[in-house]
This record gives sequence, C-alpha cells and structure tokens, in this order.
Amino acid sequence: MKENIKVFQILVDNTSGVLSRISGLFTRRGYNIESISAGVTADPRITRITIKTSGDDDIMEQIEKQVGKLLDVRDIHELKPEESVFRELAMIKVRATASQRENVIALAGIFRGNIIDVSSESLMIEVTGNSGKIDAFIKLLSGYEILELARTGVAGLGRGTKNVIYID
Amino acid sequence: MTATDALIKCLEMEGVTHVFGYPGVAICPFYDSILNSSIKTILVRQEQNAAHEASGYARVTGKAGVAVVTSGPGATNLITGIATAFADSIPLVCITGQVNSELMGSDVFQEADISGACESFVKYSYIVRDPNEIPRIIKEAFYIATSGRKGPVLIDLPIDVQMAEIRKFSYPEEANIRTYKPTVEGHAVQIRKVLRALKNARRPIICAGGGVHLSGAKEEVRRFVEENEIPLVCTMMGLGTLPTDHPLFYGMVGNNGQVYGNRAMNDADVVLMVGARVADRSITQPDLITENKVLVHIDVDPAEIGKNAGPTIPLVGDIKNIFEHFNQKVIEADYTDWIDRLDGYKDDGMNARTRTVYGDEDDGNPDTVAPSFFIRELSRAMKKDAVYVADVGQNQMWSCANVRIREGRFLTSGGMGTMGYAVPAALGAKIGAPDKQVVAVCGDGGFQMTMMELATLKQYDVHVKIVVLHNGVLGLVRQYQHFTYKDRFSVINLDGSPDLEKLSAAYGIPYLRISDEADMLDKIDAFLATDETMLLEVMVDPNSLA
Repeated sequence: MKENIKVFQILVDNTSGVLSRISGLFTRRGYNIESISAGVTADPRITRITIKTSGDDDIMEQIEKQVGKLLDVRDIHELKPEESVFRELAMIKVRATASQRENVIALAGIFRGNIIDVSSESLMIEVTGNSGKIDAFIKLLSGYEILELARTGVAGLGRGTKNVIYID
Repeated sequence: MTATDALIKCLEMEGVTHVFGYPGVAICPFYDSILNSSIKTILVRQEQNAAHEASGYARVTGKAGVAVVTSGPGATNLITGIATAFADSIPLVCITGQVNSELMGSDVFQEADISGACESFVKYSYIVRDPNEIPRIIKEAFYIATSGRKGPVLIDLPIDVQMAEIRKFSYPEEANIRTYKPTVEGHAVQIRKVLRALKNARRPIICAGGGVHLSGAKEEVRRFVEENEIPLVCTMMGLGTLPTDHPLFYGMVGNNGQVYGNRAMNDADVVLMVGARVADRSITQPDLITENKVLVHIDVDPAEIGKNAGPTIPLVGDIKNIFEHFNQKVIEADYTDWIDRLDGYKDDGMNARTRTVYGDEDDGNPDTVAPSFFIRELSRAMKKDAVYVADVGQNQMWSCANVRIREGRFLTSGGMGTMGYAVPAALGAKIGAPDKQVVAVCGDGGFQMTMMELATLKQYDVHVKIVVLHNGVLGLVRQYQHFTYKDRFSVINLDGSPDLEKLSAAYGIPYLRISDEADMLDKIDAFLATDETMLLEVMVDPNSLA
C-alpha cells in the first residue's frame, strides 16, 4: 500500500506522563515518528502535540483510533497540507571566519534567517519555515562546516476558523 | 478521616464486596482502614492470583474486581494478572501501595515504577499525589474499568498519601471525564445498513466473541439468532453465547475450532463479527473474511474495527444496545437452504471425529482416559448453569472442543493464554456467584503454577471443583514439538511433580482419581455429588493430541 506522510495535531490534557503515553504507543505498535513537538496552548490545561508520521492508509487510520482511545487525549486530527500552515525552527551554528562571514549572512538573508550569535570563528543562524525550506537552507550551507544543529520538529495549525477545536 | 478511610468508603459506595490481595508495609494503611469495613478481604498466596481472582469475580458478577497489593515486588507480581485481564477486556481496579511520594524515583526499598511498567496493558493508570483527589479518582477508575471496552485500571497510592487526613469527604455522583465518552448507542443508519445486508443475504453467519458476555448481551443475541434463524459460530471467548447443543450453533472458529465452524465462516456471504477482535487465533487469514463477502464488524471499541480486517459495514456501540435495536423487527428472509448445508457440514464433522484411530471414547491406553470423552461427560454431569473455567494448554483445547455448555459460563484466559489462570479465576468466580457450581479444569503444568491457592480456598471455605488432567508433560508444547520439531522434545517433562493425593491430603481436600474409562462416569458423579472443594486427577496419555 502507498506510504504517505501525515501531520497529526493532538490536543491532550496536561497530565503527568501524557507525552510518554503517546510516544510509548507509537513505539510499541511500530508507528514511525518523523518528528514530534509539544507545547502548552493558550489554555494551560491543554498541551498541543504535533506528530509527523509516515505509513500506509491502514496505519494512519490505526494511529488516529489508537491515539484517540488514550484517555488523556481530547482530540486528534490530521493537519491537511492544503488547509494548514506548518513551521519548524532550526538553529544552525556554522564555522565562519571573518572572510566567510559576509557570504553566510547573505545566504541567511535570502532565507529570512536571523543571526543570533557571533564569535570570531562561528555564526549562529535561526531560520523558520516548513521542513522543505529548512532542508534547502541546510543543503546550501554544505560548503561550510556545520558545527551544531538543532531542529524543533514540525508545529502546525489549521488555516482560518473552520477547524478550530473549542475546549469547554 | 484518613485518606484510606475515605478510599474504603468509596469502595463501599461502588458496591465492592471483596478485595483480593496481599499486604505489605506500603499498603498497610489501607489494610488497617478496611478492618472497619464490611468489605471482605481475601489473602491470596501470590499476588498474580489476586488479579486472576478479581478477574473471575468480575466475569461472573459483571462488576469490577478489586485487587490490592503492596509496592515493589507485590506490584510487579500483579503484572501478569493485569495483562491477562487487559487482553480479555476484564474490568479490574488494581490498587498498589507505593513508597513515600517524596522518595519516589530514588530507588528506595520496595520501589517499582508500576504505572510505567503497566502502561501498555492498563486502560488507564493514576499515581495519586493529593489525598483529596481520592474520591474523584476512585469514581473515575470504576467508571473507566466497567464502561466502553472494559479493562483494568491501576491506582498507585504512595503511603504518605494513604496516611494523610482528608478535610471533607464527598463521593461524586458520577464520573465526568471530558476526554472519555465511549459510544454506547449504535448509529441508526449503520444499524439499518446491517439489517438490509442481512435481508439480502443468502448465507449469513454471526461470529460471537467475548464482547457478547462483557456487554451482558447473551439473551439479546440469542433472541436475534432464534427469531431470524441465523446460524451462529463463536470464538473461544464467545463460547456459551448459545448452548452447545443449540441447533443454530455451529461451533468454535479458528485454528483450534471445529472444521464445520470454519467452513461456515468461509462459505458465508454476510459475516457479522460481534464483539470479536478478528484476532489471529480465530481468523487466521483476515483477508479471507472480507473476500467476496459483506463483513459487518460490531464492537464497542472503534480501534478494533478495521485493525485486522477492513469491514464493509462498521458499527460502533454496545452489543446489548445494538441487538435491542436489531430485535425490534424480524428480518424477512429465509436461510433454510444455508442451514441445511451447515447441518451437513456439522454431520460430516461429527462423523469424522468418531472415525479417529481409537474412536471417540477410548485412547487405547488401559491406564489413562480419552480427555475429550472425559470433558464431554464431565460437562454433561455438571449443573446446568455451572461455571467452567479452563486453564491454558491442551486442557483448554480439549475443553473448547468438547465442553457442553447449557446456561452456564465458560471462562478462560484467551488473549494472553496465561497458564495457572483456572484455579484462582474459579475461586474468584465462586466468591462472585456462591450459588453456582464452579469447576476448574487444568493440566498438571498450569495447576502447579497456582496450586498455592488451595490454601486460599481452604482458608475462606470457598468450594471449587478442581480437575487436573495429568499427562506428566507440558502437553501443548510437546504436541508442537511433535509436529514442528519431529519429536525432538525439549524441556517438557514435569518429572518431580507432587503426588496430588498427598498434596490434597496436606491441604485437607478430598481427592479422586480416574485412570480408566470403565469407572469414569461413577467417579465424575462422585466428584460432583457434593458441594465441597475436591481435586480430581484424571490420567491422560501424553500422546493424546488436542
């Protein structure tokens, strides 16, 4: 069956161990996690977990049902690419001597990246965007030595007001 | 009022009559408070049995069984019992003592992360940090365990929380869990679709699973089958949905089931899976039951629907509720030809059985009896509404294939296949249904895993009939090695087993032994004649296959 990649938005009660319950479920049932990010919502009782996963249609259906069955989970649904906005943050530290600095800053500028730390031998760039944009930026930096790299994983929201989940 | 006083009060308000367990320092506040209560305590001889006993109790009463043990090894011993209950969706509330909450995570004496260890086989778990939350948590725990797809709930209770004072006690009227609203009511459109599919069907079959018993829907399903004359097969967990001799019952399906039951499934054009998981032991090739047929899958757990086989018509909800809807009208259809065909299959199957090498009623060995013959006669002699508890192994296979169920129940560990389940589960069942005759049937391997519960039976004067099929080997493994490893037997001899007559005497339990078909019926009658606990050892040839 066709392998596809989906992003699920999961709203959970902020109970202790909830993230491990969800990631444990993925591990023991053999579902892939391409990326996972979690953070509290405007309502402090609720955490939003965004999981990017891959698998065939049957697995996708099972993920939705099995995660939905966990008692701490208020809602799980797919963030469809055409109806959603995705962002990921990457922090990239590259080796850059004084002579290379200008070029790196110019590249970062094209990708709307910010320079957030400078030392005599390195630059740290912050770049946000969808995963593809970040991949492309990292690829462009391949001529330089990447010293350290941190990526957050995908966060996403549905567009407009159609898919907003209201919590009572 | 201490937290455990409050906890006991909650249990009383939930209608708990018995607590199965084993104390230790970390649960002593609980066992101190329970002295002031009318709830009876049963001291098991190993914690695993506390969960099995609670499971037997839950299955005959329909209420959640309660097991209460101490921290560390007490809690970890409970794990097999919890996993067994989870696999068969049995409602349990398991309470474990825990070390002082300030010390949790520092590896102190008898500390184990039990909620972490059990995460994948409990329906939900709590670690109680605030004693004032106890009433809410207990209310939720019982609700979660007994609603939707039932299952075990774990409550880990640190000793300091148990000893804390509670300012104001009030027990909530109902559990209100925002994230948990199981679907009970079947969707009207789907119900109509199912009825239409049955009306258009020529060869319909219902496959009943354990969900029928869990939902308490036996009467509703039976009525539906009889009024519409639809044939029924079942999974191991569904045994007892119809009496074994019911004309519309076509046996158990699966690799240990009857050939005619499987033929019925394969030839059907509409299959109703009812409270069954389409699990590997029942449906070896899930693709086959969707090929050229309409598959209707009825289950309270939406995640089971489509997990192993994609249904044509999914129907989520409580089986009892759904069949009440089904029963509102009789389906206008005639399946007589189909039933004739299935009766033919059944006759063929019965004839094939009597054509086996030694026939049906003799195993060809003068010192042993044919286990299938024994099981048939035993269950025939049992009371009409008796509870038959089968252990795991060949005894279970012989039981499934030969037991005669009328109005009673058939209990076994289906999903997990936990050896040693029968004796403790029978004990729990007898406590839950004291007026019923309860018979545990085990092999000599499984029996030795939990035979320490003979002491519990004795201590609390619980009357259970215990059958040990003695072949001196781990029969089902031996059988597997016979076929798969061409008789290269490995680690299956039970040499060193105790003399069961002396063992029974040591526990003060009467003992009988059957080693010959000639006096088998008399011995069975003698075994069942009294109400008292008795051990019946039945000699079986190790070459007898299941």
